[in-house]
Amino acid sequence: MSAVIYLDNNATTQVDPEVVEAILPYLTQYYGNPSSMHSFGGQVGKALKQARVQVAALLGAEESEIIFTSCGTEGNNTAIRAAIAAQPDRKHLITTQVEHACVLNLFKQLEKQGYTVTYLSVDQRGQLDLLELEAAITGSTALVSTMYANNETGTVFPIEQIGAVAKEYGATFHVDAVQVAGKLPLDMKTSTIDLMTISGHKLHAPKGVGALFVRRGFRFRPLLIGGHQERGRRAGTENVAGIIGLGKAAELAQLHLADLPQEKKLRDRLEKGLLVIPNTEINGDRKSRLPNTTNIGFKYIEGEAILLSLDRYGICASSGSACTSGSLEPSHVLRAMGLPYTTLHGSIRFSLSRYTTEAEVDCVLEVMPGIVQRLRDLSPFNNDQAGWLQDREEAVVVAR
Amino acid sequence: MWDYTEKVLDLFYNPQNQGAIEDPSESGIAVVFGEVGSIACGDALRLHLKIEVEADKILDARFQTFGCTSAIASSSALTEIIKGLTLDAALNISNRDIADYLGGLPEEKMHCSVMGQEALEAAIYKYRGIEVEQHEDDDGALICSCFGISENRIRRVVIENGLTTVEQVTSYVKAGGGCSSCGAAIEDLIATIEQEKALTATRVAAEIETAQNRPLTTVQKISLIQAVLQDVRPILLADGGDVELYDLEGDTVKVSLKGACGSCESSTATLKNAIEVRLRERVLPNLVVEAVS
Repeated sequence: MSAVIYLDNNATTQVDPEVVEAILPYLTQYYGNPSSMHSFGGQVGKALKQARVQVAALLGAEESEIIFTSCGTEGNNTAIRAAIAAQPDRKHLITTQVEHACVLNLFKQLEKQGYTVTYLSVDQRGQLDLLELEAAITGSTALVSTMYANNETGTVFPIEQIGAVAKEYGATFHVDAVQVAGKLPLDMKTSTIDLMTISGHKLHAPKGVGALFVRRGFRFRPLLIGGHQERGRRAGTENVAGIIGLGKAAELAQLHLADLPQEKKLRDRLEKGLLVIPNTEINGDRKSRLPNTTNIGFKYIEGEAILLSLDRYGICASSGSACTSGSLEPSHVLRAMGLPYTTLHGSIRFSLSRYTTEAEVDCVLEVMPGIVQRLRDLSPFNNDQAGWLQDREEAVVVAR
Repeated sequence: MWDYTEKVLDLFYNPQNQGAIEDPSESGIAVVFGEVGSIACGDALRLHLKIEVEADKILDARFQTFGCTSAIASSSALTEIIKGLTLDAALNISNRDIADYLGGLPEEKMHCSVMGQEALEAAIYKYRGIEVEQHEDDDGALICSCFGISENRIRRVVIENGLTTVEQVTSYVKAGGGCSSCGAAIEDLIATIEQEKALTATRVAAEIETAQNRPLTTVQKISLIQAVLQDVRPILLADGGDVELYDLEGDTVKVSLKGACGSCESSTATLKNAIEVRLRERVLPNLVVEAVS
């Protein structure tokens, strides 16, 4: 296998070498507990403070508004539960159909506990309809929780407009910004967001660390109860090395915001080249999309087979097909968008990073037409006799 | 990532027998295809067979598959397995044969091998003019409406593959993998099949041992004989008699006949013969029954 061409950066990212360098002393030399009453531990506490400043800077927040967590899932769980606890009399919650599993499954559990949840739909581009939000929200809505941008399609939601509606009804506004930190500029000072989740490993920090922005003045309730760490808002001895890494990664992400136009240019080059292949479609909102993500449906073929074919060339991507998920249903995001099955099963997401090169993009463009052609040659759908299958597809769609 | 065998990857990257078969319009040669799945399900297979009519034999097999790595590899494996087989022999191919040919499949991917077996069956039934629906519908209630899976299809994979959980059934035929509301129905069906199996097992255990002509140990012989006698006793008790195993010497079964029966010479002889017949049938063919007083 040739060198790896990593175009799966919405799944996870390479840890930046500078981040590794920043972390290492905290795995070796500076192993003290930041809570200890000696200067050996105290110096670690100072490093944590610096990391907090770095993360706050990336989000345009104050350092007191940052709580370090273990991951995006913890951040989202903490935020949603805190929002519910903040307004215990309100029993209605609003989210979307295309959230990450750690949000959707939590809401499903909350439904069993007596909450009413509205799951906002999306259109064919994966975009929300603000009118639907306005129709759903009431004075008893405790929380509006949406992602900033979708991990599968890159579609970016109109966050401030959503936030304005939430504010009007006194609902807490939580945003899962895991896919956005480092990919779009963020400024909490001018935002309507009350709570916002980010995750380290999506922005070139290691796995196992994240952060939650909690707006000053918000009546926060912790998820983990224990010691005084994070000013009593997240008990448990800090993941020092991870947090130092997240701090450094945030600082670098801030610097690299300037490179985003270049990253977008490469994404567009890739996308344009792939769309030359017949029977392909972009899944997502081309007008409002993350600069690093493209999701393309290759009709009549199946995503896992495409991924395995790419794997042979060392190319890493991902798919929303049923066969890649371990479940038997294709991606809930693409289904919520109402995409036809012909596109659904053959959808491939390429997500770039600041490390992606033009040569890598060109390598994908070189091999992809052959891969698609080979699988279409194997498929019974890419010929005129395939009528029976199309009929059946329609029948199933109607049945559902 | 799925843990595929080398064979699966090899047949995915270098599939054998892909494509359709043109009808040569030769006398004595028939071309037919069978199809399963749909684009909505995420996999579909069209299997083409070239059949020598006189010999009822598969001369060539080709496939067209829409699906994942293991679906393509399973299709390719199937064509290799069935080439040269008679149609009757081909109908005996199970999904497990396909999986074994591939050196195994991840459990979640077993449905790919089932798809192969079903396409084969569809092609042969089509050739023979048998409607698959008719063949299946003795009790073909739909269990999983998301994927359109009938009770019979679930029954078949459960029995052939010895499945015991809903998750396994989902992996093999997808049933339960959609809205999962049929989970309880699948569970009930598995329980029913297990009960049926258990019943059959006790009933047939003795016969199987006999049929395989496996030498029984003395202990096994005794317990099987006891089981048969237990079955006979209610009839004797009804007539005021009884039977008890007294001893076993080699293949000679010594029983003591009691009560009403034991006192009557002719009935004892009849009874001895009746018990002997049953024991020979269900335990060992060369058993001899001797009545002791």
